[in-house]
Amino acid sequence: MAKSNSFFRSWFASGEPWIWMNAAAVGLSISAVVGILLLIAVKGLAHFWPSDVDLITYTTETAQVQQVYGEFVELDQVSVEQFLESGGNPEWVQPNAEIMDRWLVKTGNRRISAPDFRWIFVDQISARTTPDDVMVLERIEWGNAYGVPTTLVTGADPSAPISGPTLVAALNQSIAAANDIRDQISDLEGGILNNINNRLERLRLEERGLLLKESEDTERLQEISAEQATLAAEYAVSERKLRGLYRELDQDELVITTADDIEINVRVADILHAWQPNAMSGLQKTGQYFSNLWRFLSEDPREANTEGGVFPAIFGTVLMVLLMSLIVTPFGVIAAVYLREYAKQGVLVRIIRIAVNNLAGVPSIVYGVFGLGFFVYFLGGNLDQLFFPESLPAPTFGTPGLVWASLTLALLTVPVVIVSTEEGLTRIPRSVREGSMALGATQAETLFKVILPMASPAILTGVILAVARAAGEVAPLMLVGVVKLAPTLPIDGSFPYLHLDRKFMHLGFHIYDVGFQSPNVEAARPLVYATALLLVTLIVGLNLTAITLRGRLERLYRGVES
Amino acid sequence: MSQPDTQGSSPAPTTGSESGADTGLETSLEVNNLSLHYGDKQALIDINLGIATKKVTAFIGPSGCGKSTLLRCFNRMNDLIDDVTITGSINFQGYDIHDTRVDVADLRRKIGMVFQRPNPFPKSIYENVAYGLRIQGEKSKAIIDERVEWALKSAALWDEVKDRLKDSALGLSGGQQQRLVIARAIAIKPTVLLLDEPASALDPISTLKIEELIHQLKDDYTIAIVTHNMQQAARVSDYTAFLYIGEMVEFGETDTIFRNPKSKQTEDYITGRYG
Repeated sequence: MAKSNSFFRSWFASGEPWIWMNAAAVGLSISAVVGILLLIAVKGLAHFWPSDVDLITYTTETAQVQQVYGEFVELDQVSVEQFLESGGNPEWVQPNAEIMDRWLVKTGNRRISAPDFRWIFVDQISARTTPDDVMVLERIEWGNAYGVPTTLVTGADPSAPISGPTLVAALNQSIAAANDIRDQISDLEGGILNNINNRLERLRLEERGLLLKESEDTERLQEISAEQATLAAEYAVSERKLRGLYRELDQDELVITTADDIEINVRVADILHAWQPNAMSGLQKTGQYFSNLWRFLSEDPREANTEGGVFPAIFGTVLMVLLMSLIVTPFGVIAAVYLREYAKQGVLVRIIRIAVNNLAGVPSIVYGVFGLGFFVYFLGGNLDQLFFPESLPAPTFGTPGLVWASLTLALLTVPVVIVSTEEGLTRIPRSVREGSMALGATQAETLFKVILPMASPAILTGVILAVARAAGEVAPLMLVGVVKLAPTLPIDGSFPYLHLDRKFMHLGFHIYDVGFQSPNVEAARPLVYATALLLVTLIVGLNLTAITLRGRLERLYRGVES
Repeated sequence: MSQPDTQGSSPAPTTGSESGADTGLETSLEVNNLSLHYGDKQALIDINLGIATKKVTAFIGPSGCGKSTLLRCFNRMNDLIDDVTITGSINFQGYDIHDTRVDVADLRRKIGMVFQRPNPFPKSIYENVAYGLRIQGEKSKAIIDERVEWALKSAALWDEVKDRLKDSALGLSGGQQQRLVIARAIAIKPTVLLLDEPASALDPISTLKIEELIHQLKDDYTIAIVTHNMQQAARVSDYTAFLYIGEMVEFGETDTIFRNPKSKQTEDYITGRYG
């Protein structure tokens, strides 16, 4: 006993236990991070795999035998007690069983047989087959449809419906044509029509401005109405073309048969994508997987954000973070330079420094409230009064928007940049400053030519921390510019190209919205994971860029800090 | 940062050597009744001396005697330190350097300085030497090229670095860095060069090179050097000032100071009895 006691004492004295504890803590942290990433990666990325569609025969709660096409999503367990309490059929319970297995099955066809996700108890499934000819249709509205395609009625020859072996090829051709027309339509709507609308709006505002000022410039007013007339005529021409395209789009129709022999007519115009997963090879499925992934990254969201892509959210997040960095870097650096290089070090500077450090700890929603009250209502409202009186009472800048969100987040992250820049400035040895001054450089010249370049790695560290914090922030953004669905991107082809006043979408808010505000929780859940993974990837990507840059700068200035 | 006082309202033009030790030669810098305080602590007490033109003047003395502080007075480097008060005058080219008409940046261009530890900028060798010229607004690449080569040759560094001028100066050895810093200082053609223990951080061979360099440079520059190495002072300098606790104990020709010191303190220090 005494021997082992002394062994432990000397073991503790050797300091080894602390190394073990450190290693354990590091290991735990790393496995927690890796675990989280793996969870969201697996859950999120699995969503895009074109899984097989089974024909499932099962008994419903009303003791009917039903057939349904569906994708198995996940296996879940429910305790018998819970099952009985929620009014489950006691006959289903196996003797002595405590747990019952059930599958979550995505059955689609929301329009005719809601809900499109259902729980089926494993014991009630009597048959499961994977027929080759079952097809998944990804529709613009109403989610996926599952069924066996029977006939395709084309607008070109409505009297001769296509069926049989040529059907799939014809359908794919028809879908490709429809996608083509849809592209043309969005080009027309987003390009020419949008442009005309913008010009008309500008003319209207100019006219209103002239009237507000009670200008006597009747000549200009006449010019405006002439231009308006021309634009209206142009608009009418394009609109006719647009209607033609819509008509062309709305010609073909596909008939599919569901598992319980109901025929559904689906307009090809509503189909984005059709595939027969059971007949696909592994390679084809992989191709389909990456195509699905790409569409998630590059398309707009549909169906209250539960379907489609997240491109506007990616775009909005990146743009907002970049604008924020552009604002926060100069402000933070100037403040730090003043505090460290110019201000007389004393009680006041120390108080300011403590205040700056404490600012970093203020809850972000407080910044959101400040941004809304000061930036949006006060600054934006006054800007509108001064520069955009003609569009009042509709606000231009007096409403949440991109610029205010960037400013609010810049305010939120400026302490981080100040603190890290100050640290960088402190580390620069006095001898380097003196060397520069001794050559006849002024303090400002020394600052710009020697000190700031040498502090640039530290400045970048601050910006990296700021970006990481800003990209993940959601709460303040909800008050100052983020919306569930932004109709247009903040950058487009019409003057002034970068629309700082527009509202935008953000991945963080998108996760919240899809996960908790969505009407279709089951459909949305994989998207929550996928979007979360995307947000993490995006932040890591932004950080890696900055870290690479910092590494390059550090290599340049290595060895000076002695 | 305190504004140094200047004694006497109008700066009097310097006329050769009158005050300080009588060197019998033309002086570049004339120090009159110079005292310096760090806060309440007096670091220099009533110093009077003249730095002879195109000669080497060495300042010796034990650590903390104020020799570096005195050297830093000559190009007003002490302005960068808070809480310093200076009284007395230092005349340079006809004016007291503390006079309001004197532009500090311009003064420092004329009185170059090399510090104890090599302090090259984290730039290329070329850019380090060109720094002072660029600060002065020199744009012509030809002129800068020429001056960089000249300065590096003057500092006996050209042959070692001519093939890697674009490399970082931080890759040079300590001795090379110190010669680079000297090249950087002379590239803007100062008239006075202040060397603050330029060889104290270097190995014997580099030290030797620096000393040879000082010999060459004194043909063109007035040099003031601070050193704690008596042999070095004896080897490189023409005049030597011995300082002790802020006071100048003795100032004269190096030979005289080392062979025949007037003061007991100087003798004790030189013979290594203390310090």
